[in-house]
Amino acid sequence: MSDFFSAFMDDLPQLRSGLWVTLEATVLGALMALLLSFVLGLMSISRLLLSRGVSRVVVEFFRGTSLYVQLFWLYYAMPTLTGYDLSPLLCGVLAFGLNYGAYGAEVVRGAINSVPRAQYEATVALNMTPLHRMRKVILPQAWVQMIPSFTNLLIQLLKCTPLLWLISAADLMTAVEKLRSRTGETLTAYLTLLVCYFVMAYALTLLMNLLERSAKRRLGLETGGRSLLKSRSAVTAQTAGGAR
Amino acid sequence: MNQGFDWGAVGEALPLLLDGFKITLLATVLGTLVAAVLGLVIAVAGRAPSRLVTVPVRVVMEFIRSTPLLVQLVGAAAVFSTVEPLYVGIVVLGIHYATYTSEVYRAGIDGVPKGQWEACRALSMSSRRTWQAVILPQAVRNVLPALGNYAISMFKETPFLAVITVQEMVFQARDYGTKHFEYTEAFTLAGLIFLVASYPTSLLMRKLEKRLGH
Repeated sequence: MSDFFSAFMDDLPQLRSGLWVTLEATVLGALMALLLSFVLGLMSISRLLLSRGVSRVVVEFFRGTSLYVQLFWLYYAMPTLTGYDLSPLLCGVLAFGLNYGAYGAEVVRGAINSVPRAQYEATVALNMTPLHRMRKVILPQAWVQMIPSFTNLLIQLLKCTPLLWLISAADLMTAVEKLRSRTGETLTAYLTLLVCYFVMAYALTLLMNLLERSAKRRLGLETGGRSLLKSRSAVTAQTAGGAR
Repeated sequence: MNQGFDWGAVGEALPLLLDGFKITLLATVLGTLVAAVLGLVIAVAGRAPSRLVTVPVRVVMEFIRSTPLLVQLVGAAAVFSTVEPLYVGIVVLGIHYATYTSEVYRAGIDGVPKGQWEACRALSMSSRRTWQAVILPQAVRNVLPALGNYAISMFKETPFLAVITVQEMVFQARDYGTKHFEYTEAFTLAGLIFLVASYPTSLLMRKLEKRLGH
């Protein structure tokens, strides 16, 4: 045990850079997923059949084919097929972004549909342009509804980042795995790793709770300080139409 | 390195992948079973009258739910290295998903009208009988579609088992890829099999959900 922790201190630089890779993959993947969920989500409520169809196909494709396969496809299959080599981190960001973007699109669609119909009618009555109505009336209300589901997806994404280890990106898991094989302290190593991920997940949840509070404030809804500490609920992401 | 898509390799890899697919299905079915039963146990334990029970249950659940399945799998396989990896995988998958399904059950149990509890108390039923005869039959029926959704998402996460050397579909795909240097064909095929299997199932679940009025 003490062996492990002295080795842990020795390996601190590698662990720090591993942590950095994990965070980078999480944040960049999440940003890409966010962008994609809005694009696909807005496309899926468009009046044009073509845009709805394209969004449906893309969403079902990326939700249906398993993240693991997508990541491996990008890493192993794409270079053979197209001649382009992607760095492991970029593969991760792309796969995470596409996969979770597809799940997020359903969240965006569900949240926009849940804004009361009368709000939409009011914007029409006030002669607002479509862009203005989205930006000023519909999205601020839908955004509050989206945040809890997005929090769930973000944690799911964080939980998928150890996959980077398999495509030889030097992420946190890779660093700890090296430590483990050197010290032979299997149980301690994996427990330490799990605790690291738990701390990251909890920190991200707190950040998202802060975001939710500020989004609610803008709608004039006050929330108490206690709500910041609440944990995620496991069901919200589901009700928005996606498995998990 | 070959450019383009080799159709011959598809015919060669398909039987191997379908062999692996059987294990994928087996792991999903058994894993779902573990998650369905254990989730119910956690949900009922979470409603125990004593905080000595509910607080530890919540903490452990939150921990398992917030940490990566892959690390849990690799860790468990290393610690229980004498046990067959497939069994370790099924149990870990089951436990991981039980932390989600327990929330589903919890919502189902919360959905049973309060009057039902009061009626049981008025009839002075034992708590065991209250659960068995009144609460659970009403709660469980409503949660079936949601459990189905978790089964689908577990199905899409079974490739993780390849890491602990369970020879499921993606393991076979990677194996074929390494042997013949034809990753493209093997992984494209694996992805398509996932799509073909999971899309109709999720359509079915959605229909079921609508019929039960969710």
